[in-house]
Amino acid sequence: MKFEEIVEYIKSELGANVVLELIENATPKGFVTNTDRLISVMQFLHSDEQLYFDSLSCLTGLDNGPEEGTVEVIYNLYSIPFDHHLMIKVQVDRDQAEVPTVSGVWKTADWQEREAYDLVGINFNGHPDLRRILMPADWQGNPLRKDYEEQEFYHGIKLEE
Amino acid sequence: MGLLDQKTGQGGVIVTKFDDLINWARLSSMWPLGFGLACCAIEFMSTAGTPYDLDRLGVFPRASPRQSDVMIVMGTVTFKMADRLRRLYEQMAEPKYVISMGSCSNCGGPYWQHGYHVVKGVDRIIPVDVYVPGCPPRPEALIGGLLKLQEKIRQETIRPPKAIERLLEKEERK
Repeated sequence: MKFEEIVEYIKSELGANVVLELIENATPKGFVTNTDRLISVMQFLHSDEQLYFDSLSCLTGLDNGPEEGTVEVIYNLYSIPFDHHLMIKVQVDRDQAEVPTVSGVWKTADWQEREAYDLVGINFNGHPDLRRILMPADWQGNPLRKDYEEQEFYHGIKLEE
Repeated sequence: MGLLDQKTGQGGVIVTKFDDLINWARLSSMWPLGFGLACCAIEFMSTAGTPYDLDRLGVFPRASPRQSDVMIVMGTVTFKMADRLRRLYEQMAEPKYVISMGSCSNCGGPYWQHGYHVVKGVDRIIPVDVYVPGCPPRPEALIGGLLKLQEKIRQETIRPPKAIERLLEKEERK
């Protein structure tokens, strides 16, 4: 299925309001959806017989900075039998960064969401095991936030020069 | 060397300084605790392999800190690793030495500016005897570092340093 066909099909099955904004200058092309509909959209994309996006290739957390005041989660989907790609994006408030987990849909989202939680500070509601995955458990702050400032010491080790 | 090997076969008695004997024994059997954390470990493996052959220097990698004399920190030390590294260093028996191998463990290397997760030099955690520069250092450079450490061990004495002796005398007089 081509991208336009996929979007039309999703609109006809789930209603036009799940597609908030088309993103056509990216690879793969995709659309923005809202967090309320995220789980139902993802479940549909995962299990529908014509779409069958059985693989979550990548999950990315993105901080737009304090001026914009938003963070984004980007899902890159791939269908192995049909060989088609799709990107889904959600945008949430930076101070209350909460997105429902998709680890119930794709198991692989478990660790990827932990990474986004660890580095960008996005809380994934309903995640089975939401704790830091890369940084030490008692680390302070989220290193990939634009306004991140390092703590001075970690267990007696000086961080900066 | 040049200590004992030229004295053998001359009557069965060897006369030497006790310091020299101890130092010779120590520098001829530097068993390293392999601390491979990144690509430097690959370079260490090729140093330990046949072409460079660390065994001829008496360097023989151990898997336990209890059996090790030298910790060769080869690679990027992250803050998550820092606690483990310090603990393993503390578990090593005296006398113990540390070689910091490669830019990452020397000073943070390529992670100096933006590596929020990297300790900017393993000497912020444990004392380092020899720094081996390189990214990663070639086997020749690592062997150079080991020879440097041998030089250092050769200068040692089992007598406490003069400064400590003076300090102890001062304490006794009180």
